[in-house]
Amino acid sequence: MTPAAGRLDGGAGPLVRPYTMTGGRTRPASGTGLDMITIVVAARRRVDWSRLQPEHARILRRCRTPVSVAELSAQLDIPITVAKVLVGDLVAAGDVAARAPAPAADHPEAHVLQAVLDGIRRL
Amino acid sequence: MASDGCDTDPGDLPVAVKILVAGGFGAGKTTLVGSVSEIAPLSTEEVMTEAGMGVDDTDGVEQKTTTTVALDFGRITMSGSVVLYLFGTPGQGRFWFMWDELAAGALGAVVVADTRRLETCFPAVDFFERRGVPFAVAVNQFDGAHRYTAEEVREAVDVEAHVPVVLGDARLRESGKEVLLSLVEHVIRRRSPALSG
Repeated sequence: MTPAAGRLDGGAGPLVRPYTMTGGRTRPASGTGLDMITIVVAARRRVDWSRLQPEHARILRRCRTPVSVAELSAQLDIPITVAKVLVGDLVAAGDVAARAPAPAADHPEAHVLQAVLDGIRRL
Repeated sequence: MASDGCDTDPGDLPVAVKILVAGGFGAGKTTLVGSVSEIAPLSTEEVMTEAGMGVDDTDGVEQKTTTTVALDFGRITMSGSVVLYLFGTPGQGRFWFMWDELAAGALGAVVVADTRRLETCFPAVDFFERRGVPFAVAVNQFDGAHRYTAEEVREAVDVEAHVPVVLGDARLRESGKEVLLSLVEHVIRRRSPALSG
């Protein structure tokens, strides 16, 4: 589904109820624990596209380089919660590898903080 | 996270961190995100479904309301395989539930203050103080608006002395860079004093 096919116009909102794409599921496959900034990338060298649902295939095509769940959501014009469910399916099937965000809130790792500091200094 | 048939080691992937950019409506949150982001700010939405309040249906079917919240965000790729995401948080108070998810795991926050309507940043300051999320105040000096000193803003917003207050222009990368640096240095001082410097 292209963004144009799903909306009458920008203000009309989605014509397809968000969770239709996920078969009514509002939570990702158990154990995947995806965050909106979990980074994912295609994990297989060869993909059997014929076994993938169109919405999974659309996501997988955008995972050739590492990308966050939030970026996939924005690029494909699907809500973050829906993106988490669909990406969770791909993680569970081994089609994408996922890396959880740095545990920044309670125990930011020194090397992560230093990388952020250096990166901002280079802006 | 190991998965059968996976050829890629997740440990090779970049690790992501996030900083929130909060403030009143029109204070310059998305402008600040755009000034430092390496990509044009992206917009996505989160659909929240909440059980209806005070509903007691005889047939046991819950009434639910669905709210859609737009989120703007940008990205900066750091060294050492770290990617920083900057999320503009929805300004309106009715989206507090969204802030909880956004604040979870955040490195810190920037509160954008508009000196013409300083009170619009108070809810964000209160939220981050209550949640113990380290934050810095970015004073967005709009053209033609009265210029205040950082100390005047600090006093008006009533933040503690160690909270960085940085004057600037949200349209300028240098301003965004300065407030992000102040914030991360503040985070480092708070968490591990030996690292600072």
